[in-house]
Amino acid sequence: TSVVVLVVLRTASLKDEEEFTDILEERRRTTDLGYALRTFNPQPYKGAPYSSTSDLKKAVLESQYLRYIIALETGSSVEKVRQEARGILEEMSHNLQLGFIRLMAYTVNKVFKRLFRSIYVNMEGLNMLQQAIQESPVILMPNHRSYVDFLIVSFILFTYDIPIPVIAAGIPLASMKVVGEILRRSGAFFIRRAIGSDKLYWAVLSEYVRTIVRTGCAPLEFYVEGFRSRTLKSVVPKLGMMDMVLEPYFKGEVFDITLVPISISYDRVVEESLLALELLGVPKPKESTTGLFKASRVLQEDYGCMHVNFGRPLSVRQLCEGKINRSEYNLIPRDLPQRPSTEIQDCVNWVAHLIVRTQEEGSLISPWSLMACLLLQAPITTLTEEGLQWHGLTEKTLWLRKLVLDFRGRLNWPAHTPDSDVMSSTVALHHSIVHHKAGRVCLVQDGDPASQDPLSPEEGVMRTAAAVLMLVSYRNQALHVFVRPGILATAIHITKSTQKDELFSFFCFLRDVFANEFIFIPGRASQDFDEACSLLQKCGAVHMSEQEVTVLETGLEVLSFLQKLLQPFLDSYQLIFRYLCENGAHVFTEKQFLPAVQNLATKLILSGDLHTFEVLSSDTQKNVLSALRRLEAVTKLRAGLYITQKELLGGSIPTRFPLC
Amino acid sequence: MSGFSDNIMRLSGRMLSQYPAQRDWDGKLTRAPHPGIIPTCSIVTLSDNLPKQEIMKWNGWGYSDSKFLYNKKGQAEFTGKRYRLSGMIIPGLREWMESTFGANLQHKTPAAPILNSSAVQPPTLNEAFLKELKSTGIPFSHDAEDRVFRSHGHCLHEIFALREGKIGRVPDLVVWPNCHNDVVKIVELACKHNVCLMPYGGGTSVSSALECPPEETRSIVSLDTSQMNRILWIDEKNLTAHVEAGIVGQDLERLLNESGYCTGHEPDSMEFSSLGGWVATRASGMKKNIYGNIEDLVVHIKMVTPQGVIEKSCQGPRMSTGPDVHHFIMGSEGTLGVVTEVTMKIRPMPEYQKYGSVVFPNFEMGVACLREVARQRCAPASIRLMDNEQFKFGHALKPQVSSIFTSFLDGLKKFYITKFKGFDPNRLCVATLLFEGDREKVLQHEKQVYDIAAKFGGLAAGEDNGQRGYMLTFVIAYLRDLGMDYYVIGESFETSVPWDRVLDICRNVKARIVRECKDKGVQFPPLSTCRVTQTYDAGACVYFYFAFNYRGLSDPVHVYEQVEHAAREEILANGGSLSHHHGVGKLRKEWMRETISSVGMGMLKSVKDYVDPNNIFGNRNLL
Repeated sequence: TSVVVLVVLRTASLKDEEEFTDILEERRRTTDLGYALRTFNPQPYKGAPYSSTSDLKKAVLESQYLRYIIALETGSSVEKVRQEARGILEEMSHNLQLGFIRLMAYTVNKVFKRLFRSIYVNMEGLNMLQQAIQESPVILMPNHRSYVDFLIVSFILFTYDIPIPVIAAGIPLASMKVVGEILRRSGAFFIRRAIGSDKLYWAVLSEYVRTIVRTGCAPLEFYVEGFRSRTLKSVVPKLGMMDMVLEPYFKGEVFDITLVPISISYDRVVEESLLALELLGVPKPKESTTGLFKASRVLQEDYGCMHVNFGRPLSVRQLCEGKINRSEYNLIPRDLPQRPSTEIQDCVNWVAHLIVRTQEEGSLISPWSLMACLLLQAPITTLTEEGLQWHGLTEKTLWLRKLVLDFRGRLNWPAHTPDSDVMSSTVALHHSIVHHKAGRVCLVQDGDPASQDPLSPEEGVMRTAAAVLMLVSYRNQALHVFVRPGILATAIHITKSTQKDELFSFFCFLRDVFANEFIFIPGRASQDFDEACSLLQKCGAVHMSEQEVTVLETGLEVLSFLQKLLQPFLDSYQLIFRYLCENGAHVFTEKQFLPAVQNLATKLILSGDLHTFEVLSSDTQKNVLSALRRLEAVTKLRAGLYITQKELLGGSIPTRFPLC
Repeated sequence: MSGFSDNIMRLSGRMLSQYPAQRDWDGKLTRAPHPGIIPTCSIVTLSDNLPKQEIMKWNGWGYSDSKFLYNKKGQAEFTGKRYRLSGMIIPGLREWMESTFGANLQHKTPAAPILNSSAVQPPTLNEAFLKELKSTGIPFSHDAEDRVFRSHGHCLHEIFALREGKIGRVPDLVVWPNCHNDVVKIVELACKHNVCLMPYGGGTSVSSALECPPEETRSIVSLDTSQMNRILWIDEKNLTAHVEAGIVGQDLERLLNESGYCTGHEPDSMEFSSLGGWVATRASGMKKNIYGNIEDLVVHIKMVTPQGVIEKSCQGPRMSTGPDVHHFIMGSEGTLGVVTEVTMKIRPMPEYQKYGSVVFPNFEMGVACLREVARQRCAPASIRLMDNEQFKFGHALKPQVSSIFTSFLDGLKKFYITKFKGFDPNRLCVATLLFEGDREKVLQHEKQVYDIAAKFGGLAAGEDNGQRGYMLTFVIAYLRDLGMDYYVIGESFETSVPWDRVLDICRNVKARIVRECKDKGVQFPPLSTCRVTQTYDAGACVYFYFAFNYRGLSDPVHVYEQVEHAAREEILANGGSLSHHHGVGKLRKEWMRETISSVGMGMLKSVKDYVDPNNIFGNRNLL
């Protein structure tokens, strides 16, 4: 299977930029109405007999699985439970109708033409998708970086005569007046947040999803990351939905399932400022229709280009070969509710990680992401006060461009344009974050007018943090290219060792600690290490022999860049580890923990002892907590209440985790 | 009694003389023991020695005089006089072969016409054994042709090799015991002189069971049971018959029919397969819904083993005397001894028989209907559901219609089903039915089944379609030989599976075959088709056909074997059994342990070790 992974990742990353076509170009030439009313005659999955949404609901409610579940529910009458199940299903179900698809296409088309200069789509990927949809049930798996991309896939498929997907969405969208209903009729189905232990809900949801896959009545689209990434960094996949989607294959109910990873990349994300505020604890506005209209001022802005990269369709059958034994279902009714075996769970986890990695490999890195990487390595006062030298930044960005190419990253660097023009137009596009004046680049800080009351030092930190976190999110778009060699560079930096096995063991340790932060495919530590080694060797940073890894003089710049790139993560994790170690409280609540860490960090930033703002992000804090729980240094007592396992926290992790 | 019997013969005779215009409008019994075969006097007189191979092909299926070929006009015809299809033009077959396989009459792959005896290894003879054998007077031979004839079954790789004139390890000697006592003598001598014995019945194995183990260094003696083919007695009070195990199916039925009885056991191979072979492989017959499978039919078995003769002391219809020792014998595949005599249940011949067929809009509806029929336990003698590809296949075998009226009627039927009823010709599928019993009950039963079918969108599609469906079963093996003349190779295989898995296994195995062929470089899409061929309370038997055009492949048999292997893996992963009735042989041995568990293997091994410690019955099947 490691060959499969390699092939999957390589082929996702070896496509030319030339293959992308701007689909807005034609839209600008034709009338919107004409487009919305175009003949739509897609080739559906050949194994699927036509079924309406009411057929689908009926199949779910009458399924043997649901009958088992209902029989297990005690406490109320069967009829009552059945009624409840029906209610859940009504709340959940999509109601896909072609008329609304046309309405959606009409609206979305207008909005997109406003927001974006171009929407680039790789036609080869679309062609493969079109083929795949006829062969077996297809699961469309985009990453999710902006609300804007919720309907982008439907929009593209409508344009190219491919069956419209049904899309898993969060329930808050359903409660938006009118819009919720339009979304439902455009194919969205709605899932509650925090389902927890509501067994009946789980049962209805999973049977609904499985029935869609089993019958292949429509492609299914869902976000394997579970939600919109506030950091623009890939999120460790959620397994619930993935499990439901794959189960029909495991149980032999379909011959195969096709997974299509889709990478959506933005030059500029519409919600960029909201995201940073949200991460700092300013609550996000509730999804509402009026809110949507208020947000219409965002329509005035320029958001550059969007790339939608349809990955190579992946056969679940091929991916799972040798990983699972489907005959484990031979001796019990397949409809009987049962926990999947660990073999199955591991396989689901592996597939989910592979998909997210493939999404990463398929996404395009903009010049702006490279600049963000570099800007963040400058001292914060330089950025906020005198500014960074434009000339130096340009030079360094071009150097980084070469490194990305060496590392097989996919760049979205405009061809046939002088580099200086690329640089300045990039900065112009991101005028909300930086401005370029008199040969220097400075960070734009929100609410600048100094007429107001002077800010307290703490408020000042938060204000800077908001700007820095915006920068961080754009840096994050490029992180996947650097993470593996970056960890190796960090290992070299910390251990000062040249012994391969020693480096490997530290590499694994860091990989393990950061497994909630970056996407690592489970069970591939040594391949990741080999990849890191070969990339560092390729760019001339190190020399490799059988046993040793020696740093080359020429490689110091690369190694230092990589190590600094990951430094904020090390600092953040270390700070929180220290907080938990030193703070005698063994039992703590999530509610106490997050503000306490934020307070401590603010203090340290003010005193000049902490150089990263990233620990202020609730995302980082939550990741650390998850990592500690995974490493069994912290245990969850009940919802929101944790206990530190002193012996563990006082043991291997902090001692191995360097104070540097 | 004799009047009844005469009546039957007369009716059958009428059917013969009136075919093809013969129709069964009022459903009178108008049938030979089975649909495709005309009971000629092809069965040589029982005293004639070594008869069979004279009239059989040495490198293909069945009788030498019966085969498909393309005549000078390029039309397919079936030669000979033995079958209802014999002597007929089959206009649709050529186009079907060309469009299904991309086969072409210009691209021929003829078989080696005669056996080249010099390609056969000289026999390794055990002189001491031979000397004592001679003194018993039991006939034997070490003629190359006799040996080669008994060195194989009908797996694709076996026939393919023969057609290419390639001969592997073959038995060194063939013996023809005439009765139980002859077998006792032979087994004693084999034990005494450490000779390997391989029982041989009808030679229709499709599990590599008759292949001589290449690692066997002893002299291999093929024990041909064909001369032990008498019905020793019929017990009309208990409705049983005591029969020698070498009798082949069609002879057994014919001889019993003469007395007004039948066993009702009709496996598809019944023209050639033997009673002993049925017992040794746990055979299943088409009409098992009325008569039962071989394990239900057998009352008493006599088997000669190296430890002596095993049999029960009485013929009680059921016993609680520990595990049934018959079940060590049934399915033992010649590894424990030779079955010599069997007491079987018999039934009076049915008064009335009627074919039928139902067209369903799609396979899913058809399976749902069969499941309902099984749920209500009202399955006819036979009920089979062919998928769309097999329906088309059956259609391509329609003989030339003589009257304009018939072809007009056919056109009308087609119009009614596809246009008026809106069935998609590329999705519809057909169930074939056979009812048997007394007239009143058959008609009643028929109505019940058609009523159920109607609930699943099924439309009655006439007796003809039904009858042709069963004919397909008998000519399919001949068709394989035709295919092999034109670069097409194929095989059938079967499984049994719980009801809830039937649709899934059919779809997945067919799709797996298509995908594997593509992956292995097969240039043309394969034929991958199935039928649900038997129903049970808790599941069904599914039968797959698989064939492809191998032009452009350097080692087609290897590709074929890889695909078949993958298909079997797919069956097992989808909850199907290793075999429903073909048996394990050497072809499916590798999956035995996972099929019956290590303890199960140990049980079977310990029986083998006790019964045959020196592995005299050394065909190495099963374990």
